[in-house]
Amino acid sequence: MKLTTEEHGDIVKIIVDEERMDAHNSGALKEEMLRLFDNDKCNLVIDLSAVRFVDSSGLGALVSGFKNASSRDGSLKLCCLQPQVRSMFELTRLHRVFEIYSSADEALESFTQ
Amino acid sequence: MSEIIAVDITIPSQTKYLSLIGRIGENLAHTAIPFLGDRDELAFHLNLVLTEAATNAICHGNREDPDKQLRVVISISEERLFLQVFDQGKGFDLYKLAGSVAKETDEEGRGVQLICRLMDAVDYRKSPDGYVLEMVKNLQ
Repeated sequence: MKLTTEEHGDIVKIIVDEERMDAHNSGALKEEMLRLFDNDKCNLVIDLSAVRFVDSSGLGALVSGFKNASSRDGSLKLCCLQPQVRSMFELTRLHRVFEIYSSADEALESFTQ
Repeated sequence: MSEIIAVDITIPSQTKYLSLIGRIGENLAHTAIPFLGDRDELAFHLNLVLTEAATNAICHGNREDPDKQLRVVISISEERLFLQVFDQGKGFDLYKLAGSVAKETDEEGRGVQLICRLMDAVDYRKSPDGYVLEMVKNLQ
């Protein structure tokens, strides 16, 4: 999975540069998040602007990151969901669990409020 | 019932082929399925159910054995879509997976529930080489 990380103070933005997140590649995102948590980076923004499709395995990786961030007093927030990806969150009601922002800047600014 | 198109594909039981399976469903929805509803939504749902069914077959049915195979058959008529995903395993308890409700913070357990929610009929039964997950979507 192609991932790019950017540090913004104590917040790390992970850009997922893949069209699909499924059982084949979502484990790599989970591992990257665990690596960041091990380095005390517990405030994450996941930028999904390139992702057109996510399945239940992709959602599972995000839920894993969300729980790990929360258990370390951090937060995992999402931004830039394409319509099908948003539908997937609504189908599974996970839109009620995650903080979802329309832009990366909004997601980053939310940490200061 | 007249059959318009039938697609029959056999692939190695490896997750790197999930996108291929999902995209076949998506492309069929856009090009070959007689459907008057929201074609984009149908394409998304076919991509999703085929990806979830193939993941179950690879991970639970074939127990991630890359030497086993996965067969996907998609039959399209004017009235319905009939999807079959064959594994070469010893089966798993689909109905237990379908019946349990994933909590919001569960990391697993949503795949079969999504399939059951998006398709009109779902069955999982023994086949000559293993098991087959059969899914029906009514088009009218």
